[in-house]
Amino acid sequence: MAERERALAPPYGGVFVARAQVMSAEDVHRATWRMAHEIIERNHGTEDVVIVGLQTGGVWLAKALLEVIETVTGSGVPLGTLDVAFYRDDIGLRPVLPQSATHIPVELTGHTVVLVDDVLFTGRTVRAALNALVDYGRARAVQLAVMVDRGHRELPIRPDYVGRNLPTRRDEMVDASPEGVVLGDMVRRSAP
Amino acid sequence: MPPFEDLTDDDLARISLPAVTFLHGGTVIDADGPRRADVLIRGGRIEAVGLQGLDVPRRAQVLDATGCVVAPGLVDLHTHLRQPGREEAETVESGSRAAALGGYTAVVAMPNTEPAIDCAAVVKEVQELGRDACCEVAVAGAITVGRAGTQLAPMAEMAALGVRIFTDDGTGVADTRLMRRALEYSSTVSRPDGTGVLLAQHCEDASMAAGGAMHEGEWSSRLGIPGQPHEAEELMVMRDLALARLTGTPIHFLHLSTAGSVELVRRAKAAGQAVTAEATPHHFTLTHAAVAGYDPVFKVHPPLRTEADVQAIRRGLADGTIDAIATDHAPHAAEAKEAPFDEAAPGMLGLETALALALTELALPIADVLALMSWRPATIAGLADQGRPVAAGEWANLCVVDPAATWTVDATRLASKSTNTPFAGRQLTGKVRHTVWRGEAVVVDGEAQR
Amino acid sequence: MGELGRSGIEEVLALTDRFVEVNERSIPKVPALRGKTVVSLFYEDSTRTRLSFETAARRLSADVMSFSVSSSSVNKGESLRDTVETIEAMGVDAIVVRHKSSGVPWQLSGWVQPRTSVVNAGDGWHEHPTQALLDCYTIREKRGGGDGSGLAGLRIAIVGDIRHSRVARSDVSAFTALGAEVTLVAPPTLLPPSLDGWPVQVSHDLDALLPGLDVVYLLRLQQERMIEALLPSLREYTATYGLTARRAELLRPDALIMHPGPVNRGVEVAADVADLPSSVITRQVQNGVAVRMAVLYLLLGSGVDRAAL
Repeated sequence: MAERERALAPPYGGVFVARAQVMSAEDVHRATWRMAHEIIERNHGTEDVVIVGLQTGGVWLAKALLEVIETVTGSGVPLGTLDVAFYRDDIGLRPVLPQSATHIPVELTGHTVVLVDDVLFTGRTVRAALNALVDYGRARAVQLAVMVDRGHRELPIRPDYVGRNLPTRRDEMVDASPEGVVLGDMVRRSAP
Repeated sequence: MPPFEDLTDDDLARISLPAVTFLHGGTVIDADGPRRADVLIRGGRIEAVGLQGLDVPRRAQVLDATGCVVAPGLVDLHTHLRQPGREEAETVESGSRAAALGGYTAVVAMPNTEPAIDCAAVVKEVQELGRDACCEVAVAGAITVGRAGTQLAPMAEMAALGVRIFTDDGTGVADTRLMRRALEYSSTVSRPDGTGVLLAQHCEDASMAAGGAMHEGEWSSRLGIPGQPHEAEELMVMRDLALARLTGTPIHFLHLSTAGSVELVRRAKAAGQAVTAEATPHHFTLTHAAVAGYDPVFKVHPPLRTEADVQAIRRGLADGTIDAIATDHAPHAAEAKEAPFDEAAPGMLGLETALALALTELALPIADVLALMSWRPATIAGLADQGRPVAAGEWANLCVVDPAATWTVDATRLASKSTNTPFAGRQLTGKVRHTVWRGEAVVVDGEAQR
Repeated sequence: MGELGRSGIEEVLALTDRFVEVNERSIPKVPALRGKTVVSLFYEDSTRTRLSFETAARRLSADVMSFSVSSSSVNKGESLRDTVETIEAMGVDAIVVRHKSSGVPWQLSGWVQPRTSVVNAGDGWHEHPTQALLDCYTIREKRGGGDGSGLAGLRIAIVGDIRHSRVARSDVSAFTALGAEVTLVAPPTLLPPSLDGWPVQVSHDLDALLPGLDVVYLLRLQQERMIEALLPSLREYTATYGLTARRAELLRPDALIMHPGPVNRGVEVAADVADLPSSVITRQVQNGVAVRMAVLYLLLGSGVDRAAL
């Protein structure tokens, strides 16, 4: 689930107020190209690679990476989406509703899975995703691609492909989209 | 013996003397109309009613009646005291205390106890219990043995002990032929004072009402609860009016709940038939919509009906078709009510809320409400010392009511052993301040004295 | 059911989509409700509803306790409230209750702590909300115009013993909330005494209705209705209100045949009709698990406050 949606879900309701643009659309585009190339390079091509975008924030980046891979290698790879709501470790602590469909197009046994998300923060979403992936078969390897790594990890998880390392305060918010990456704050809405 | 006023405190401690009670500053209302007067009570009887005010005697217990109505004590034609057999729900003691707090100086104890009051022995047992009660406990007897509806109970034997009202309340007498025989037989049965007895029917056609846990209609359909229709009651009212005509005997209808029943009684009275009827506070205040939350506290027989029925009951009370307000005070232990709606015991508390509900909900002058709750039911119940005028020489069975006091019903603060009042949280206007029974102030300032 | 409203129903149905996907996986189980305990408290035998709820809970990784109360042990004296408080004292998160008396889930939810959810698995003649939800889901899956339009404009007939049917009461609320037009078809003895406030039409002529229907929903007929003199005979009921092979031919090819089960073959619906492609009775059962997963997840896993469903 994207950081933005999560923060917007009640009872944490608030409004995202942008403070600083840290990556432009052009920066995001360039980073995507580089990350796609790194994926091809690291895996010696894209045979057996499956790209899985985390719902909902990682899906646009997964699609963008796939587009570049197709352009560069001339052939596509399977693209999946994964909603990790049912695997989260904070169920019951706050509202967690699945936003979108999970669709894994192939049995994952023997494949290398590249998990894709927009922002890597505590690592808990990725932890949940690793759990979820197990239910779809035994992947040969799982790699992680994120546009922004903002630090503050709470689990031993590190990304394999990073668009930009961005030092942040814990209470700041990061919004990453094809239009760019924006640093801002959540402003609490007063009760209606 | 020296005059009472000259006794020292030591004398008083040594000997017991007739208590003197003085009701000060109230307005007396009885069948003779209202008047400002003090009331002096000595030795259980009213000694003087002073229109110009009376001097307060020495050592009298003075009860403030300023702003209050002083009236004959209320009489409930329909109380379930649950003793013998269901002492966890109520006893004669706790029920009569609730009655006194409600302004009652007499209640008619219904015979659906365990065992049923269907013979002289059980009548005596309850009469014995009633001697220590906080009000007069008149005992009603069953029409049939064990209220089983098959064999007549020994009416004469019970009447000889003073029983006036006979009923199988809880159920109706289903067998038409048996009911005819009961009416015929009752016509010659007499009590020690020479007065006759009265059969009272709980009108409910058993097969029409079978399984019905609420009124059959819009709400029962929506809630999926088996219902009993208006007709389950009205068929028996119709039948019993015919049987009473056939046998030439009077009949009393318990807790009428439908517009059709009221109309049947209205027509029978217009035709000159000797018929009397009562209605309960819950049937003129609540409708079947109250069941929507499935709270068994709203389960009662006959069931809460429609708004049109509520209005018809109110009209019946206003035009004299219905002679009395009776509580059908039916205590149930928590276990009996903490059950699925269709399995829960039917019945509601009533003694401590009846007068306030009548004063709050009925647009009637207080004198009319008192008529419905005191002297008319006293006549029906054949209670010679109840509902009498407030006059010198009469037994001092009185209630003092503050018609302007507002209060909120709190189920946990009622004197009844049970808490099944459907009126919890309701704000009412009109509160009993004092109750005097045979000259003893059993309730003072809203508190029971024993 | 009524309190859920259109948006509430659609929320459950949307979530059900997710669980239908989970159920299609090779390992149809997610850890969403790990550490949660769900008790099924059935005062009335209903193997299929109980299995459906328990399967749903297990696929969400909840622990399941099964509390079977035969009518004989009820008579041993423990009151409903005592039983429920005993179960709650064991530390449970949800109680799934089935009872022959209407309103019991409402009473239970007043007795338990606020943190314990009560799920209605059918109460008396009153409601069977998860059945209605799975019925809505099945109709939407087969005939709905995609997300959002609900069941708008669909013509649905509910046929049979409406009076004693919790399924009918819940279905009427749910179908009409989603915009369907509902007609009840039954002899007067099997209709509720009053239909005031019910947004339905009533018909006694099934033949005339069938060609225009999108869904024909047949209710189970209990054998004891004959004893209560509500019907003369099963044969007469089948002749007038049963979905016979001849009547099935009157239906449009895309019309659905539904039944809450268990089916009295040859009574409400002819044996061969129940096996027609337009019969979605088995699909109803499959969707039942996913719908119940959605309900349990909403109550226990989503962190969203819910009143008793």
